[in-house]
This record gives sequence, C-alpha cells and structure tokens, in this order.
Amino acid sequence: MTFQYAPAPESTAIVNINSSNDLFINGEFTPGHGAPFKTINPATEEVLAEIAQANEEDVNAAVMAARKAYDKSWSKMSGRDRGKYLFRIARLIQERSRELAVLETLDNGKPIRESRDVDVPIAAAHFFYHAGWADKLEFAGYGDNPRPLGVVAQVIPWNFPLLMLAWKIAPALATGNTVVLKPAETTSLTALLFAEICQQADLPPGVVNIITGAGETGRMLVEHPDVNKVAFTGSTAVGQAIQRQIAGTQKRLTLELGGKPANIVFDDAPIDQAVEGIVNGIYFNQGHVCCAGSRLLLQESIAEQTIDSLKRRLQTLRLGDPLDKNTDIGAINSREQLNRIIDLTKSGEEEGAQRWSPDCVIPEKGFWFAPTVFTNVTQAHRIAREEIFGPVLSVLTFRTPDEAIEKANNTPYGLSAGIWTEKGSRILAMANKVRAGVVWANTFNRFDPASPFGGYKESGFGREGGVQGLGAYLTSEETS
Amino acid sequence: MSSLDHQPLANQPPTKQPHKTQSPTSHQGLHAFLAGLSGVDQVGAEARAAALGTRSIKKESKMWAIDTAISMVDLTTLEGADTPGKVSAMCSKALHPDPTDPTTPSVAAVCVYGDLVPAAREVVGDRIHVAAVATAFPSGRASLDVKLLDTKDAVAAGADEIDMVIDRGAFLTGNFGKVFEEIVAIKEACGDAHLKVILETGELKTLDNVRKASWLAMKAGADFIKTSTGKVAPAATLPVTLVMLEAVRDYYAQTNTRIGVKAAGGIKTSKDAIKYLVLVNETVGDAWLTPDLFRFGASTLLNDLLQQRQKMLTGHYSGPDYVTID
Repeated sequence: MTFQYAPAPESTAIVNINSSNDLFINGEFTPGHGAPFKTINPATEEVLAEIAQANEEDVNAAVMAARKAYDKSWSKMSGRDRGKYLFRIARLIQERSRELAVLETLDNGKPIRESRDVDVPIAAAHFFYHAGWADKLEFAGYGDNPRPLGVVAQVIPWNFPLLMLAWKIAPALATGNTVVLKPAETTSLTALLFAEICQQADLPPGVVNIITGAGETGRMLVEHPDVNKVAFTGSTAVGQAIQRQIAGTQKRLTLELGGKPANIVFDDAPIDQAVEGIVNGIYFNQGHVCCAGSRLLLQESIAEQTIDSLKRRLQTLRLGDPLDKNTDIGAINSREQLNRIIDLTKSGEEEGAQRWSPDCVIPEKGFWFAPTVFTNVTQAHRIAREEIFGPVLSVLTFRTPDEAIEKANNTPYGLSAGIWTEKGSRILAMANKVRAGVVWANTFNRFDPASPFGGYKESGFGREGGVQGLGAYLTSEETS
Repeated sequence: MSSLDHQPLANQPPTKQPHKTQSPTSHQGLHAFLAGLSGVDQVGAEARAAALGTRSIKKESKMWAIDTAISMVDLTTLEGADTPGKVSAMCSKALHPDPTDPTTPSVAAVCVYGDLVPAAREVVGDRIHVAAVATAFPSGRASLDVKLLDTKDAVAAGADEIDMVIDRGAFLTGNFGKVFEEIVAIKEACGDAHLKVILETGELKTLDNVRKASWLAMKAGADFIKTSTGKVAPAATLPVTLVMLEAVRDYYAQTNTRIGVKAAGGIKTSKDAIKYLVLVNETVGDAWLTPDLFRFGASTLLNDLLQQRQKMLTGHYSGPDYVTID
C-alpha cells in the first residue's frame, strides 16, 4: 500500500456567515444603497453571501464619518493611546485567527495551510509592529513633529484580502489617519469580519470604515474631494487610471501594482532549496501574488538538472479542497481570472514554448488550474512579459551574471527578484543591479512587517511596511 | 548461537588484520567530488522540513502510518548496565510489541552492543534482525584494527546488521580518505551483514557536512546511512533526515541503487514518527516506506506507537500501564 493521506478538512463550524452583509460606516453596520451582489466560494461555486454595494451616498457617508473621526478624536489622540487600540486589534486577530483563516479560505479559495500559517499571522504581526510605532513617530526620521495626512482611501485586491487590509490599515491608524477601505468585490468577507473586530476593540466610530462594492465604488472613493491620500494595491491598468483621476489634486498616492519578477538561480545555488524557492515563488497562493517569481532564470549549466528536480517536486503538490489541511494548491479566485490564465497559457503554446503540468485530478466544480511550467521561453514571448497571476512558471536561461541582470531588468515591472547562490559577494553585486523593490537571497516570498515592500517602474511607487512605509502616511507640514 | 562463538579481543593481535587502502589519487577524486556537491541552505532546509511537519495524517492513513512505523523500529538498548536478561526481555517485546493484540506487527530489529548479540539471537531466532553497534561505538576513537575486530566479533556472534560510526575527527579535519577507507574495510568485515553507517550528525553540525558524509558513506558501500548514535544531542532531526533522504534520492538517480536511511535518537512520539514518514514519502517516494529502506532507532517510541494504535482501534487512550515496559 502507498501512503495516501486521508481527507483532513478544517471544520467550517467556527464561521458564521451572514446571508446578507451591510457596509461598516461610523462604527456601525449600515445597509448599502447600491444593488447588492453575491460572493461565491471559488472552490465550489456555491454562493456564500450577499454583499452590499456602496453607491455615491454611501461613499460620502463613509468619508464624512472618517473626517469626523479624524477631526474629533483620532488625530488628537496621543500615539500611546492609538497604539493601545492597535495592540488590541492585533490580539483580537490572533484570538479569532481560526475563524479568519477559514473564512479567507472559503471566500478566496486559497489553501487553509496558507491562510492559517501565512495570511492571518502576518496580518496580526502588521498590527503589532505598527502599534509599536504609534508613540515613537517623532523618532522615525520624518521630522520632530510628523503629522498624519487626514482621511485615507484604500483599495485592496482579492489575492490576500485580510493581509492587504492589514498592510493598509495598520500604518494608516498608527500614524493618526482615518480610513475608508474598499475590499475587492470577490473577497469582502474577512474585511467585514475585521469590521466586527474593530467594534470588539472599541475603536472610536469612523476611524475605520469598510465599504464593499465593485470598481465603480472604488472610483467614487478615490475621487472623493475630502480624501487626502489614496493607497491602492492591484493591477497596473487600474493604478494608472487612479493616477489620472487624482492628477491636479493635492491627494497623496501610493501604488502597489503588478510584477513579472525574475527568480535567478546560479550554478552554485543550493539546488534543493532553490527548487523549494521556485515552487514557493510561483505556486504559493496559486500564483496570485504580485511579487510571484513567475520568470525563472536558470544558469544554462544547471538548467536541465534543475528542471528535472522541479518537475519531480511538482508531482508531490496536492491540488484540491482548499479547506483540507494537506492541500498545497487551492482554487483560482474567479472565473474571470481563470479565463485570463487560460488565455495567456494558450498564447505560450502558440508562441512555441513547451508546456508541462504534473498529473493531477482537477475537481469538477469550481475554478482550478494545474501548476504549469513553460520551458524554452524567450524574452519575446507574452508569457515572459505579461503578468499571468496564476500558477504558471516561465523558464528562461542565461549564461553569465550580466546576462541574468539584463534579462531580469528587461521588463516594464520592477517589484521583486530572487537570487540563488551560495556566494555571498554575488548576492550583494546582483542585488545592487536588479531593478526591483524587494530582492530575496536564497529565499522567496518572505514577508515581514519590518521590511518595506514596493516596486519600481510599472510596479508602482511608495513602500509598505518598515520605517519607510510610515512615510506614506505622514507629512512634516501642518495639516488642517 | 552461543557466546562461545564470540572470540575475546585479546586473543587476536590487532596488527594482523588486513585491510584495503585506497590510492592517494582516488582520495583526490573523492575530495573533488564532495567539494562539488551542491550546498545546503540551512534556513531553506529547515523551512521545508517544518512545512512537511504540518501535514495532517488522520484516520486510515494514520493507522497505516502507525503500523508501518512499528515495523520500522530498531528497538534499542545501549546502556552500560545492559544484561542478557534485559536484552531478552526487550527481544520478546520486539517480537510481540502488544501481547493483547496479535495483529500488531513485529519491529524490524533489535539493536544491542556486540557482546549481547547472542542473548538477543537466542530469543528472536531468525524472525527479526539483530543489529549490533560496533567500531568502538559511540565515539569511534579506536584504531581500525580494533574496529574491525569489534565488527567481526559481532557478526560472528550472530548480528546480521552492523551499525558502525564514522571517524568524525577524521571527517572534520578533512581526511575524507580515512573515513572512506574505514567504511570500505568495515563493509568487507561485515560479510553478508548489512552495514548501517552512523554519521553522528550532532557532531558534524552543518547540513553541508551531513550531505558530504552521506555521499561519502554511500560511495564507500553503506547499505544504510544513519543519523546518530543517540549519545550526542541533537540526535535525529527532521532537517538532517531531509538532507540524508535527498542524498539517497540523488544516489538512486545516479546508480539505480536504493540506500536506506535510519533516523535514530530523540524520536519519542507517534506524531514525530509520522512526520518522518511524510518526509520520506514526499522526498524519496513511497518505495522507501519499508523497513528494508527506512528505520527508526528508538526505545521509548514503540510504546507511544502502541498506545496510539490502541486508541485508534478502541477509541480511547489506555495509559502507560497497558503497554509493556521493555
């Protein structure tokens, strides 16, 4: 007999999903005035709940609540007291971690192993980290009296719903700003549970407002005249549209957009760990990661051997029920995204790249895509240039470090890069030359609240996390 | 098998023991080969081992894993206070780990000091293997002649598996040729007995050394590579075992020969044992999930496996008084 792992599904009994969900404005759940929409479980296509859609009236109410909270309480509160609220939120995220993880997996399709071990703990860590900054801002290097900006509009994507919320809300609150946040249309549920946590933490009403809806809601929020700053994470196209929309206003802006990062493996790399890093780089979260290592650059002398090792490793990946604790690859978040992945992989084949996937059974219901490797890819292929945002790896080769740099940088993006070598001097030399906001050495997709994250070129601007990330929410000027 | 077969060491002049030596050029080749092995990133290896440790093994797969783990145990006693009586008792336990349930598999082998092999063989006959630690276990600090005698002595006494230790001092000074030659010579002295080569990874310290020592032992003729003596902390760990399994996997890819791995020392619970089985399954594949290719060197692990097994079958925990002491 072989060692088959029996199903080990995490129980969903811990979550209580309301069949219809309101907006969170001024500390209370209030009905939206737009047409409500449904959110589904992408692994089963079952409807999970109905979500309110915020219209202009709701956006106004949310911004007004945030303004009032900013003027009346939050901007006047001592950093020490703001920190207390953030610590409280961080602890509540930990206390309710299983609930958050299960809900995230249901709504997003990501494996419970990842929501449990990555998304939720790092979200809590962001609140803990920024709680510590709240009363030390004058020592952060932004002048001796750094001031908050005011009301911040935040629009986040569906790939790490709770984690992106934490990356946005924690620094904004720590620095004394108030927030109106719009989660992605397909993944609103953990943001609404977070709203409950804000109530539980007794956060003053209006400091955090969560308005759900589609792109139109986001546009109205970003364009609202009483917003002082916009922080957006999502596609480059939408990021560019936002920049056009707010041009000529005094709004500050940070954008965290797409990427086509290079994961560069030299012949003196620790190969077994590099293979793990390649897998973690592109198959983590079904490749729905803006900083995913989607372009693998292999030194030619080890290309064949490494591809063989990679294929052998991919045979052990377990695709299926995201709630099963042994699942490595969950569901694609939406049919729309699945279609985009299918379209781009088709172009890869048409352009002559060689396609390979391990044997795996694809469930009948839901949105799924087998982990895929393209070899014989060149810089001219679409799959080497465009962000696929799926579990699809494009493998290219190089001969010398200079060629690796040229290829790595030959992209409109510049979000992240990985360098695999046992030679420390090479790591430093490469890291200086790769045009990417985040460079990982002998690892990939590691996140820490103390480490700034952000991109170059079409991957956006501004940093999130670390002392650098505080700068996006502070000014040395006197604000109104 | 009686203890009369067993020759007192003093009667054999050590200098007369023949052993092969390798030419210096082959040592240069060995050095170059070991230096050319891909490095191991410790952080990455630990992360991989930890990630595999989160696999959730339930129900029928857990039952299968527990029975498989029991069948892979080298039930071990390696104490200065060991006596024939103690060894006999342990051997009875090895044959019938749970006297209340005859469906419980026997363990793979018993593992004892060389002088107690006859006592073990007397109880187990040829139903399970008898392993003897040899080569000046656990330190390995003796001349090759003494180590060869120690080995032959154990084989003559009836051991069909020899657990030898490498010369860590020689390894750490870079004298790989000496380590290699010793393994070759001990392998020859083993005759038909299977040779397990203990790397004592707790003294080698780095995972790069673990990978080098694994390859060195396999190239020198080891049938099994084994983590530890159990006398040095840390003994077996998941990252160390992962690196050894990777070496075995790569050796198989090159030579088509399957080498076994024995994780010894420090594995005390069923939960830990199952993590090792997952590690084997997802690193080298299920061809290695047999006592012929994977073993646990342990003493207290067996009782925890038995208690978990009883719990799986009856639905409740029994307690330490319901499993036998060795």
